[in-house]
Amino acid sequence: MIVGRREAWTGRAFLVLLMLVTIVPFVSLFFTALHPSGTYPAGLDWPSQPQWSNFVTAFDAAHMGELLTSSVLIVLGVVPVSLLLATMAGFAVGHLRMVGRRPVFLMFVLGLTLPYEGIITPLYYQVRDMGLLNSRWAIILPLIGLFMPFGVFWMRAHFVNVPGELSEAAQIDGANTWQQFWRVHVPLAMPAISSLAILLFLWTWNQFLLAIVLVDDPAKRTMAGALGAFQGQWGTDIPLLCAGSLLVLAPTLIVFLIFQRRFVAALLQGSLKG
Amino acid sequence: MSTLASVVEGRPATGPRAARGARRGRRRGQGWVAWLFAAPAIVAYTLFVLVPLVRTVQYSFYEWDGIGPSPWVGFDNYVRVFTDPELSGTIVNAFQLIVFFSGIPVLFGLAIAATIRRIATSRLAAVARVVLFVPQVIPLVAAGITWSWLMASDGLVNQLLSAIGLGGVTRAWLGDFATALPAVGVIGAWVLLGLCTLLLLAGMSKIDPALYEAARIDGAGPLREFFSITVPSLRQEIGVCVTVTVIAALASFDIIYIATQGGPGNTTMVPGLEIYYQAFVERQVGVASALAVVLVVLVLVCVLPIQRLTREQS
Repeated sequence: MIVGRREAWTGRAFLVLLMLVTIVPFVSLFFTALHPSGTYPAGLDWPSQPQWSNFVTAFDAAHMGELLTSSVLIVLGVVPVSLLLATMAGFAVGHLRMVGRRPVFLMFVLGLTLPYEGIITPLYYQVRDMGLLNSRWAIILPLIGLFMPFGVFWMRAHFVNVPGELSEAAQIDGANTWQQFWRVHVPLAMPAISSLAILLFLWTWNQFLLAIVLVDDPAKRTMAGALGAFQGQWGTDIPLLCAGSLLVLAPTLIVFLIFQRRFVAALLQGSLKG
Repeated sequence: MSTLASVVEGRPATGPRAARGARRGRRRGQGWVAWLFAAPAIVAYTLFVLVPLVRTVQYSFYEWDGIGPSPWVGFDNYVRVFTDPELSGTIVNAFQLIVFFSGIPVLFGLAIAATIRRIATSRLAAVARVVLFVPQVIPLVAAGITWSWLMASDGLVNQLLSAIGLGGVTRAWLGDFATALPAVGVIGAWVLLGLCTLLLLAGMSKIDPALYEAARIDGAGPLREFFSITVPSLRQEIGVCVTVTVIAALASFDIIYIATQGGPGNTTMVPGLEIYYQAFVERQVGVASALAVVLVVLVLVCVLPIQRLTREQS
């Protein structure tokens, strides 16, 4: 493609500008986190004596070790189960073509636009009546349910494109439906499943509303949820708050950088399909 | 060789055996086995989404504080949602946020993607793809805290404004009655801009370059190309961007909770946050539920037409 040189340079300039706008807030956060605790540094200002210890203080003050564990436990509780349920249902609706698949699918699609605030109030009382309030299950179980619309939608989109001959061939070779599912279809669906896993991991880790409403103890929340409590406690100590925020957003950032390509592809496809 | 292997290798399964298999497959798929597969997902969804949704509607017709008796009040709560300025104002705020959460990311995203399009395959673009996604990856509350700090009285925004000579405009953006809502809007725009730009860019790369070359030959300039070729071809992607950002604006909670708590006054209160306050602070479960129902309906009313307008007729 013939690209005008001027156009290429304008494009580059815009791209760099956009990246700066995206990055500078984090840089500012980082610089501020290094200032002595209790001060009010001005904007972008490298401190004369960087206080790297602020990160340690924030880590301890917020009990980040516990928070990390808590978030990991919640993710482990939510993501594998959601993946399994969504894949099975997507398989049933998209490939097995079950009777009543249209109303069932429609029922899930309706949940795609549902804001969590729409159900948070009764959810609180329901979880309370189940005796799960203030435990990690209070976040895990509702999230599994809330992830079903997107999960089923996503997996169905994959299974709809899998030819029926694959199942029939496996059937002829003596496999029952369950074996067909596990031995043939799940391995084939791995790209779709891993993309879904990434999205669900993100949405679970960053979950805030459910964490602050259903769980009082910051140590049992997600890291994002605990940040709310952190702000309440240390809100006036800006450098410490900034250090804490950086620590909270570091895990998803690191995971993102490791799995970049998968992430970007998943997020793009996720929005398009949703 | 098994039939499965022949299918996987792409060789057609032949003759009567395949036909028999097909008939058997169709009959098998309609059985109860499929329902067994779908059942767990349906149960989880029903239990934790549909039941609460129905309960929200139910609660909205009562007055309840979560513990005591709950007298029936009919549509009183709904009337209050639309007449009490504290509540109806939140809906107005949410719509104002749409201008920022949707307008900026989509419009700027279009412009930027169009400009970047020609270098979309360069290494710089590959780096940009990773960088521009970061706001989507971090928790919204982290974005809220970051920007709260940036927009403070002596934060970076004011520092930059002073540097370019606009020192008179500086203020605590999130604490000022007039600028708090736009300031929150800017935070949302920042979070969503990267996603929209990348989505639109991905859509643009699917446009047949021959169209552009033909336009070039006919003497069309970049603006003409943009409006006549680029934008119409991106209908579906634009639809997705608008849908995602509108939902983000209407259902916003995290950012406002952490940045302004709805203040100063009620200027940044949004339905999501108001529902939270009414239900768990004011102990007005009925009112909260009525507002929740209104919010759900509002989202549907906004999103369905967008989907209708931009879905490809395939």
